[in-house]
Amino acid sequence: MSAAVMEGAAGVVGTRMRRREDAALLSGEARFVHDLVVPGALHMAVVRSPYAHARITSVDVSAALGMPGVVAAFSGADLAGEWASAMPCVWPVTADMQSPPHFPLAVAEACYAGDAVAVVVAGTLAEAQDAAGAVAVGYEELPAAVDLEDAASDRFLAHGDAPTNRAYTWELVPDPEAVRRAFEDAAVTLRARYVQQRLIPSAMEPRGVCVVPHPFGGEYVVYSATQIPHILRTLLGMTAGIPEGRIRVVAPAVGGGFGSKLDVYAEELLCLALARRLRRPVRWSEERSEAAQATIHGRGQVQEIELAADADGRVRAVRVHLLADMGAYMQLVTPGVPILGAFLYHGVYDVAAYAFTCTGIFTNKTPTDAYRGAGRPEATYAIERAMDALARKLRVDPAELRRRNFIGADRFPYTSVAGLVFDSGNYEAALGAALELVDYDALREEQSKRRTEGATKLLGVGLSCYVEMCGLAPSRVLASLNYMAGGWETATVRMLPTGKVQVVTGASPQGQGHVTSWSMIVADKLGVSPEDVDVLHSDTGVSPVGLDTYGSRSLSVGGTAIALAADRLVEKARLLAAHRLEVAPEDLELSGGEFSVRGSPSSTVGLGALAFEAFSAHDLPEGMEPNLEASATFDPTNFTFPFGTHVAVVEVDTQTGRVDLVRYVAVDDCGNQINPLIVDGQVHGGIAQGVGQALYEGAVYDERGNLMTATFADYLVPAATELPGFTLGRTVTPSPSNPLGVKGIGEAGTIASTPAVVNAVVDALAHLGVEDIEMPLTPERVWRSIAAAAHEPGGDR
Amino acid sequence: MRVTVTVNGTTESHEVETRMLLVHYLRDVRGLTGTNIGCDTTSCGACTVLLDGESVKSCTVLAAQADGAEITTIEGMAAPDGTYHPIQAAFHEHHALQCGFCTPGMVMAVASFLKEHPHPSEHEVREGLEGNLCRCTGYHNIVQAVLAAAGAEELVR
Repeated sequence: MSAAVMEGAAGVVGTRMRRREDAALLSGEARFVHDLVVPGALHMAVVRSPYAHARITSVDVSAALGMPGVVAAFSGADLAGEWASAMPCVWPVTADMQSPPHFPLAVAEACYAGDAVAVVVAGTLAEAQDAAGAVAVGYEELPAAVDLEDAASDRFLAHGDAPTNRAYTWELVPDPEAVRRAFEDAAVTLRARYVQQRLIPSAMEPRGVCVVPHPFGGEYVVYSATQIPHILRTLLGMTAGIPEGRIRVVAPAVGGGFGSKLDVYAEELLCLALARRLRRPVRWSEERSEAAQATIHGRGQVQEIELAADADGRVRAVRVHLLADMGAYMQLVTPGVPILGAFLYHGVYDVAAYAFTCTGIFTNKTPTDAYRGAGRPEATYAIERAMDALARKLRVDPAELRRRNFIGADRFPYTSVAGLVFDSGNYEAALGAALELVDYDALREEQSKRRTEGATKLLGVGLSCYVEMCGLAPSRVLASLNYMAGGWETATVRMLPTGKVQVVTGASPQGQGHVTSWSMIVADKLGVSPEDVDVLHSDTGVSPVGLDTYGSRSLSVGGTAIALAADRLVEKARLLAAHRLEVAPEDLELSGGEFSVRGSPSSTVGLGALAFEAFSAHDLPEGMEPNLEASATFDPTNFTFPFGTHVAVVEVDTQTGRVDLVRYVAVDDCGNQINPLIVDGQVHGGIAQGVGQALYEGAVYDERGNLMTATFADYLVPAATELPGFTLGRTVTPSPSNPLGVKGIGEAGTIASTPAVVNAVVDALAHLGVEDIEMPLTPERVWRSIAAAAHEPGGDR
Repeated sequence: MRVTVTVNGTTESHEVETRMLLVHYLRDVRGLTGTNIGCDTTSCGACTVLLDGESVKSCTVLAAQADGAEITTIEGMAAPDGTYHPIQAAFHEHHALQCGFCTPGMVMAVASFLKEHPHPSEHEVREGLEGNLCRCTGYHNIVQAVLAAAGAEELVR
């Protein structure tokens, strides 16, 4: 652990301290938005388009208004005057990007099944829902652009008045000539097409909103199940035409997010506008089948990747073309999601020539946006699948091919062909540790034995070596990518007169254990118990400034801000201690929360006593302000680059196509760890979500754009039976990007596991001629792939 | 209609709509919001409670069906002084929860499962919890916690 974290006595940082969040959650006392008791609150129900694409010819709310308990009902036209601007997209990735106006209620045209067209407000939820069914909406169905590649052809237009479905084309081609030459000179080339199916994020808590208007001040308290209370406050204010200082956003207990609560949603704006209009609290609780349509989806890409390599498998160039499904509208960062992966399609490999192009396409489907990993799982999937394909082509072991191509441990900081500076890494070490943990050679023997014996349960081993860019983000880099905000984070640490500590953070958790981790960092800095540190978060009333939680940024950016603020508090306390002990500040040492004079260890004063002196302010040094409190804002100068190797072991039943994930080994390197227990948990959950994409999950639409997987009966979130226990290992390569030396771990599992599992299944079947199976790898798809390979010339090799 | 239900040892009588679900009765009438609603197809198990000692998904039971029954929710698991039930303690010790939204239902499902399978194998635990979805933990630590709780209960006996 770096000295910055561990100043003073051996502390709690680095230990598996049990979580402080658990008590409220285990006892049922935690309050999610849906649990809040708000006297007099009205319930909102949303009327949604059943058509993927339709002209709205009429909206008649009169019958609904006559139903029991109904207070109000509105069409999109009725509420058009409520909006100061369209709903926000803060990442216009190109200057000429198309972004159709998106309002909380559609007025003339519904552009996806689930697009909101009217609202009803009533005394109870049941009354609101009953009345929503009585709103009569006239639709004239229009042809829908559903399939991504078909939509790219502009056969049907997703928006009636747009000339094309193309939203933007974004390129990163540092040296086109180098790429052309590399492919010309290559001994081997490989071209593959992969489909990233759409995913439904499926946080266990659906969204919820409750807006309480202040009766006198014209102020609003917005309770929302959101990852981004601060960003939300600013954008709600801008969109609804309310000075942001009059909006307080509170994210109470939030039941998971994974990116799906990193957005500004129609229902948040509708509750706010209705509370303003009706001068009463208005609340909305999303139902699961509603969430499947009204909350963003993830992924949704068709990827083409080409490799140019020498005869020995050294990859010289990577060329990528993506089609990315935006869905019907640009949500908060929709267009930027593929760009977050754009720099990483060469993965952990030392590649000299690089070309990336992405075209964003509108379709008549739920908007896509950031989902756990956001762009980086897609990039890792493409390169790791392609590396396995190249290994097969060259008849080289996939682990050996990776070794030949790794960016060497002696090359860091490594400036990549795509222009990033990878902060630190040792890819060889992570691969080695993973292969040892899984006993790779023994697995290969077992695999070959089963093949020889003609077993119907074949064994497959899949590797995935990943690197991601995390710690979003240096504000200047974000500016260069046309992202409209910065990437800093802020914190305040204050020691109260009693010696208890408050930490105020702009990060906003949904289960990541921030309270535990932040209090561990501060406890070690100040020599107090973590129990004496309260963490204030997720409420713009107590933490007015922040940039919230996404992109594995909370520890590396937000945690660093906290550590810096604690350091500043200590420096102020040092001046006060020097004054009190009548020595020079530099003669003082801090250990276990006490300053002592070097060489005179009996002369001491504790931080707690200093906190009281700073509070009473009776005898402060000349010019020192009262109170022991300090703030810091950290804007990183670089991203962090977590990495690792995951290995999946599968059994594939060739008679039924069933895939069983029988073993899973993950070796991750997230730099220094504050709490390895929490790191483990993040890896476990991340793996499960990535396995979900590989084997089970997929948002399926019919040709008219109806979502066929709107419930958990159709959309298969993995259950305990679908997963094995996971074997975890770790290497520790501290990051130089921040003083804590941390990298982030929230997304790593999801990024690594999808290609590991698919590589394993293809590995099991490769000798039969199977090259690719489209995700999710359902038994039917696996079985059909085996059958098709057997009938192809060259099949059954 | 009128229902009389004992929840966590306290018996009350209330007038409810016939269509009212047990989960809404617990949350809205009894004010016990620890029981969560995570889906609308009886798939996720977030709303699991014990009805006369057996786990049920309270989104699929009418309040009327609970008339005269004894219900245990997450709020009734800890001792009156707040001491964790062994299952809660094991979940805490093994980091078996992250966002905590599925946790109340998961804990209640485990309580019922362990009663039927006091010495489960890992495989039995996974099968036994198939009706409860968690999106955060990948189940690894939940399974560990259940196995540990099984041991703890044995020690208590």
